[in-house]
Amino acid sequence: MNPTDIAFQLAQNTLVVLAAPLLMGWVNQCRAWMQNRTGPGILQPYRGLVKLLHKDAVLAHDASPLFRATPYILFVCMWLAASLVPVLAIDLPLAPAVDVIALVGIFALARVFISLAAMDIGTSFGTLGARREMLVAFLAEPAMLMVFFTASLISHSTSLPTIVEALAHKEFVLYPSLAFASVAFLMVLLAENARIPVDNPSTHLELTMIHEAMILEYSARHLALIEWASSIKLMAYVTIGIALFFPWGIAEAGNWAAVPYALFVLVLKLTAAGFGLALLETLSAKMRIFRAPEFLGTAFLLAVLGMLVHFLLEV
Amino acid sequence: MAPNLLPIDYILGIVVFWLALGLAGLVLQRQPRLLAQLLFPAGALGALALAVVTLGALGGGTNVAVLPLGLPDLPFHLRLDALSAFFLLLLGGAVFGISVYGAGYFRTMEGSTLGLLCLEYHLFIASMVLVLLADDAYLFMVAWEAMALSSYFLVTTDHKVPEIRRAGFLYLLIAHVGAIGILLCFGVMQGGQGDYSFATMRQAELSPFWASATFLLALFGFGAKAGLLPLHAWLPEAHPAAPSPVSALMSGVMLKTAIYGLLRVTFDLLGTQLWWWGALTLVLGLMTALYGVLFAAVQSDMKRLLAYSSIENIGIILAGIGLGIIFHAFHQEAVAVLALVAALYHALNHAFFKGLLFLGTGSVLHATGERNLGHLGGLIRRMPWVAVLVLVGTLAIAGLPPFNGFVSEWLLLQAFLLTPALPHPYLNMMIPLGAAAIALAAALAAYAMVKFYGVIFLGQHREEKLLHAHDAGNWERLGLGWMAAACLALGLFPVAVILQLDNVTQLLIGRELGSSAGHAGWLWLTPVAPERASYSPVILFLIILVGLGFTFIAVRKLYHGRLRRGAPWDCGFPAQTPRMQDTAEGFSQPIRQIFEPVFGIIRELPSPFDTHPHYHGETRDRLWNLFYLPIAAVTEKLSGLIGKLQHGRISIYLLYSFITLLALLAFVR
Repeated sequence: MNPTDIAFQLAQNTLVVLAAPLLMGWVNQCRAWMQNRTGPGILQPYRGLVKLLHKDAVLAHDASPLFRATPYILFVCMWLAASLVPVLAIDLPLAPAVDVIALVGIFALARVFISLAAMDIGTSFGTLGARREMLVAFLAEPAMLMVFFTASLISHSTSLPTIVEALAHKEFVLYPSLAFASVAFLMVLLAENARIPVDNPSTHLELTMIHEAMILEYSARHLALIEWASSIKLMAYVTIGIALFFPWGIAEAGNWAAVPYALFVLVLKLTAAGFGLALLETLSAKMRIFRAPEFLGTAFLLAVLGMLVHFLLEV
Repeated sequence: MAPNLLPIDYILGIVVFWLALGLAGLVLQRQPRLLAQLLFPAGALGALALAVVTLGALGGGTNVAVLPLGLPDLPFHLRLDALSAFFLLLLGGAVFGISVYGAGYFRTMEGSTLGLLCLEYHLFIASMVLVLLADDAYLFMVAWEAMALSSYFLVTTDHKVPEIRRAGFLYLLIAHVGAIGILLCFGVMQGGQGDYSFATMRQAELSPFWASATFLLALFGFGAKAGLLPLHAWLPEAHPAAPSPVSALMSGVMLKTAIYGLLRVTFDLLGTQLWWWGALTLVLGLMTALYGVLFAAVQSDMKRLLAYSSIENIGIILAGIGLGIIFHAFHQEAVAVLALVAALYHALNHAFFKGLLFLGTGSVLHATGERNLGHLGGLIRRMPWVAVLVLVGTLAIAGLPPFNGFVSEWLLLQAFLLTPALPHPYLNMMIPLGAAAIALAAALAAYAMVKFYGVIFLGQHREEKLLHAHDAGNWERLGLGWMAAACLALGLFPVAVILQLDNVTQLLIGRELGSSAGHAGWLWLTPVAPERASYSPVILFLIILVGLGFTFIAVRKLYHGRLRRGAPWDCGFPAQTPRMQDTAEGFSQPIRQIFEPVFGIIRELPSPFDTHPHYHGETRDRLWNLFYLPIAAVTEKLSGLIGKLQHGRISIYLLYSFITLLALLAFVR
């Protein structure tokens, strides 16, 4: 492990944390444009965070320490996940500590904590949100694992940098299995990040909300951390998608000169991904909550099909 | 001090010590407080000594002993090898925590007396040790029966409750049906030589047909003990009926003796394996895992929930064993060893996290007198110690990093991902689907455990009496703390654990994993090769801790730490009551709806015109109707037919004897 690698890792850590709200702002701005609204500007998430951080926190009378600790745990888990995705260069000194299965485990850890915290105050909305979140999770998580398994069967590794290296820098091959996997991943991304059609991040309508129902009791700095963690989570998922399915442009191991170019390509990809996400959300409608299992079940089956296709066509 | 005492001698000493403690319990009947706080900690020290001795013996080769007990000319043979040492280590480690906890838990008992319970408890753990040490079928069956009977009496401690008597009967019945399977399995294996020692069985060459018969009988017999589908029905009845430390012992340790037996027969006594044995075990294991976790998610009784979750974990362990058999049969030893290590590791993990959770329910039960999730809630504020320690168990059993449940599931998934190495195209394609089933089971386990923890410890108290709940005492905290520390340690230092497990796999299939798993030092778990997969729980844990510290300080320093307390917001709804939280049934409603065909759901809904509306919902085990009741009906019919032969008139019996005699004469001539 040399100093350059460590410096690069720290740079990526800082970058994902600081840039994540920007992606969120860009998606929201695109949505506003598509819906013929002016939109608040892409810097709005930052303003929201600063506002929340300055406020006094209000906590329910009998909130337990678990409730207060959860925003920090959530934030750190998402931050860790996002810093492990090789988006600019393959060399990430932290990456060997956490492979793709452990990455899914970290997302699950964060989810279990936020669900538990939602049940802590004992309000009807909190438990409702926790239940729905776990409902979405128990289908989305295996689907996500299957997507990763397809990629790792191709690259013979569960380590994310090795997968990306194999997919990006070998001769160009079309993998039909990855086509299935990418559709499944997109569906998981929408569900896990509380986007339309599974959840709607901008309403507080009790019949439909999932994520918002869980965090109703949070305010001020705790809410700021949760909102920030949500935007880092979106960033992490989008960059995982980019790394798995559009890895071109990522710098090879040891090739630092290619990093500025990789950064340029990444910004382009993120811009396009944000636009695409907004387009998808604008074109589709929110589903009833009990349609969500069908949606995610489809994602799971697609991912499993992808794995079967790999054995049928690619071995 | 006698010279050259072998580890097995120390272990036998501990067994005798435990039996003496049990008898001392009978003597000390009149002083329950002294009994609990003297004998149980002493037993715990015995367990700790057992763990230390077996940890040393894991790499120390085998030693044997012959006890001049038993029938004339048929002494008891005992043998300590790496496989039995590993399971004894598991037993010692878990029993230490459970016995320490028991010192605080067992006070005055209803139904049975404490002295009797102390005797049964120590008899139970001593007989489990003998099961693990037995080197002939005779001692094995004697110890196995002693284990079944002592645990039957422990299950029916509270024998005045009819349901508990019924649960105990069901347990005894299936335990004996399983024991018949095991007995027949040994009978086939000795191959007509009349020598029931395991040494002879190792030598015997069985034809594939008889070897398969042996394996199927073993799978049936040990599966009945482990709760393999469809022989699981006793488990969710019997485990919750026992006092909580006994439930912990049964779920955490006794189920593992069945795993031990299956491994002993399959890998040690039968020399070779056929791949379809593994495929059968794998499919049954995966079905058991999914079935168990689905039923765990819809339970309303906290101990039944944990019992169904034990079924799930046994399914995962058996899936690992099945995978190991498949790979071993195809001579893919490098992957077989990975699958077996995953299965053994999961067995070890399950002993600790399930023990911890059952002990936790014991504290909740003592503090509140409630087992039904619908009457609990908010206990994190009244019982912070128990809440924090049980949280560790909850996260571990949900398979979350950096705790221990994650490591074994990670290893198992890695083994699944290596299937393309198999020289069998069809299996190659089907086995990764098993990984999908494991992933689904793990995600559902998280659902069930969020429900378990959230409904018991979080939210508002659902009953007034919960306000008077008290935290666990020092003994109980110590026991829970030991189990929780083990969950964390097993999660953080997988390489050290695998290096010990290597002795077992060396014995079973002659390969070890440590050389590659510890390739990059103790910090990095790299089961195959570093570029293939690596995981470092210590680094992950440290990053999370450092990140938490950094974030906390940054938020506090850059902004402020001002805080006000107020009423919950809840979208402005003013009249919140604890009744408005999700009940256990409410929380599992999505699972019931999505997987409705799996469950036998009985619903009675009120009509809109009912003046006294009554609602009743029940989730039943479908296999009960599909499998058990038909068998019971056939048995009853058969016994009815046999009963016709019995008239109680002596002349008719004499006639039977006469006819038999005639028939025999006709045959012999």
